[in-house]
Amino acid sequence: MNRYVLKMVGRRICVGLLTLLAVSALIFFMTNLLPGDAAQVALGQSATPETVAALRRQFGLDQPVVFRFFSWLAGLATGNFGISYASGVPVRTIVGDRIVNSLTLAAVTTAVSVPIALIVGIVSAIYRGSRLDRVLGILTMSVVAVPEFLVASLAVMLFAVKLHWVSALSFSADTSTLTGFLKAYILPVMVLCFVVMAQMVRMTRAALINQLDSAYIEMAMLKGLRLRRVVLTHAMPNVVGPVANAMALSLSYLLGGVIIVETIFSYPGLASTFVDAVSNRDLPVVQFCVLFFSVCFLLLLLIADIFTIVFNPKLRKS
Amino acid sequence: MTSNFTVKRRDILKMMGVGAVASTASGLLVLGDISSAQAAPMPKRGGKLRAASANSSVSDTLDPAKGSNSGDYIRQFMFYSGLTELSAKMRAEPALAESFDSPDGITWTFRLRKGVTFHDGKALTAQDVVFSLARHKLPETGSQAKVLADQFAQINAVDAHTVQIVLVAPNVDLPSILGTSPFLIVQDGTKDFSKGIGTGPFKCKSFTPARSTVGVRNPNFWKPGKPYLDEVELLGLTDASARLNGLLAGDLQLVASVQPSDAVRLKQSKKHAILETKSGMYTDLIVRVDQAPGNNADFVDAMRYLQPREQIVKTALHGYGTVANDHPVPPWHPYYAANLPQRPYDLERAKFHVKKGKLQGLGGDLVCSEPIDGSVEGAQLLQQAGNQVGLKLNVRRVPYDGYWSQHWMKHPMSYGSINPRPTLDMLFSQFYYSSARWNESGWKNAQFDQLLVASRGETDDAKRKKMYGDMQVLIAEHCGTIVPAFISFLDGYDRRVKGLESNPMGMLMGYRFAEFVWLEA
Repeated sequence: MNRYVLKMVGRRICVGLLTLLAVSALIFFMTNLLPGDAAQVALGQSATPETVAALRRQFGLDQPVVFRFFSWLAGLATGNFGISYASGVPVRTIVGDRIVNSLTLAAVTTAVSVPIALIVGIVSAIYRGSRLDRVLGILTMSVVAVPEFLVASLAVMLFAVKLHWVSALSFSADTSTLTGFLKAYILPVMVLCFVVMAQMVRMTRAALINQLDSAYIEMAMLKGLRLRRVVLTHAMPNVVGPVANAMALSLSYLLGGVIIVETIFSYPGLASTFVDAVSNRDLPVVQFCVLFFSVCFLLLLLIADIFTIVFNPKLRKS
Repeated sequence: MTSNFTVKRRDILKMMGVGAVASTASGLLVLGDISSAQAAPMPKRGGKLRAASANSSVSDTLDPAKGSNSGDYIRQFMFYSGLTELSAKMRAEPALAESFDSPDGITWTFRLRKGVTFHDGKALTAQDVVFSLARHKLPETGSQAKVLADQFAQINAVDAHTVQIVLVAPNVDLPSILGTSPFLIVQDGTKDFSKGIGTGPFKCKSFTPARSTVGVRNPNFWKPGKPYLDEVELLGLTDASARLNGLLAGDLQLVASVQPSDAVRLKQSKKHAILETKSGMYTDLIVRVDQAPGNNADFVDAMRYLQPREQIVKTALHGYGTVANDHPVPPWHPYYAANLPQRPYDLERAKFHVKKGKLQGLGGDLVCSEPIDGSVEGAQLLQQAGNQVGLKLNVRRVPYDGYWSQHWMKHPMSYGSINPRPTLDMLFSQFYYSSARWNESGWKNAQFDQLLVASRGETDDAKRKKMYGDMQVLIAEHCGTIVPAFISFLDGYDRRVKGLESNPMGMLMGYRFAEFVWLEA
């Protein structure tokens, strides 16, 4: 790591903090625009004016919106994420194990999808135009074209309901043993890989083909280097930048965008908590989830940029 | 000894043909039990059952005052008991109170069962009951039952095992009201409800909102021999297909709220079955009678004749429902007005009313929402029927999010969804009394109000039935809420689960299955 990278990271963190502030303010005020508030939702059909008023006082909803936003910010500065309106327990307690679950699902999916996507992308690029390339292309495209709820529902019907190979509810398996872990994760991970891989594969293939057409590769080939060496040591470093960015975008979806998969497999992750919190108007939880998703997204982009710089001599030396 | 009218009411119920009722001529109340009089197989003890409820979010609670959906009710009945319990015959049976009586419907005496203990070993006393009932009146409790609790003028502990409740006005239905989940008994002074310390059939082993609740058998439960299961886990799965798949894949043995369209899949399975609970739940079309076009009585009459009742039951509910007669009392209710003829689907009579009220070309939006059972299909059928008689009705679907605060009763025409109530008095007081906050159609009828107030203190059951009959006629003929059908609760279960029966109070045996079911190995 050199000074340039450190400077870039420092700048990114400052801009990132401003972005987070803007996003959380935006979400806070947008959620306030939704009809109904936490007190009304909690009491539902049975709300009476006095019970609603009492609950509003309890939640502090009788304070002006701007004041509430800043008191939330002040709490944040002291590491306090607030108390959930809907359940009356600290936000930390609600999201704690769900963050772990979401991160686990994202990590397992990443570990499976990234290597496969790289291999498929590189193979397609090397054998471009061949029958193999066409078959791989059609496969990736068709997998991404089928909506995930369909894939997920069909997978549950086949593997859980018909064949009883795995459990239909991913959290009911005991994940402490390897077989248990596989049973719990195999279906959701498979569905998510289908969703995120296509983008990575196409990007890898396009970027690599772009490089393989250039003069320095032709030179290397003419010198008699083996194809594998040309691709891996000459072309790949120049492909890392665009590919890392494509991957960051794809993987960011794994944290906030997996609501459908969480619902169908009854997987207790953060996305469903977030959706629940919005419908309950449970602002402290909504705010936390937004912050968490944004931080993860910015981190992924930052990592992608660091990769780009480290692999690009021009940027390293400037 | 119980007062005279209790005996009379029971005899009436017997005459109504609601099954053999365990009662003695002396009027001693016998401990009620849902299990039928048929030769049932001997229950087996042991085993772990996993069930799934349809409602679940981080607001899941073990506080009876805050319970707001079926998931909460089921959870709370696992851990707590009430003073009374509601049998499948819609009667209040003694529970923590071994007897109760009132000379006038205003002053009530409840005598507590002796030797009942909470899960932490503390003995149940009158003080616990006073605390459990009185907390609903405080606005800061945020109780769902505040409106009901406001009728308690005084709640006193006469001695360690006697509680006296004085009402602001007579209400002979009080024992039934106290059998509902908000009034389950908690320990005196409880502030933290997450432990679920009650006197119920199961002890709370773990409780994670939005996820799962685990209960283990309470060996000191006050009903000897019950419950049968060693452990019950209640999962919250809001997605209907996730519940069904869990059941079919063998992860779950019991699931609440099966979609009527999914019932076919369950029927094909040899290992599973459906529990249909005929209930008083209904989806109603609300025509506001205080604004156009509903302020024209002919318009409401035309809308009533346009209701394709049979078709709604057949298509929207897949047969799992019962045709209704524009009032909220189901045909199997002891107080059902059998003398009121069933209103038919009749385009000619609808046309007559359109002509008579000069309504050609009038109409408006029918505001409906997908999760309200049968509202969208009902509105679509109604739109077509309206076209044939010259009314311009238009289906307007709105998102369910915020429906109750934004749309319900807020338009000239919208749909409502009403869950069954334990007593007709609750139903009428909450939805039809002129000044009721949920008087959906804005209907004001002095005669109805008079009858309702009088019925609360009427101890003669025959007279009471007549009053309720008259009120049903008034609603069916004059009110703007149109009730086309009653909706059955559908639950799915693994055939190895035994002891399940339907209780019209709610799904899964009136939310109380955990106490009664056992597992065949």
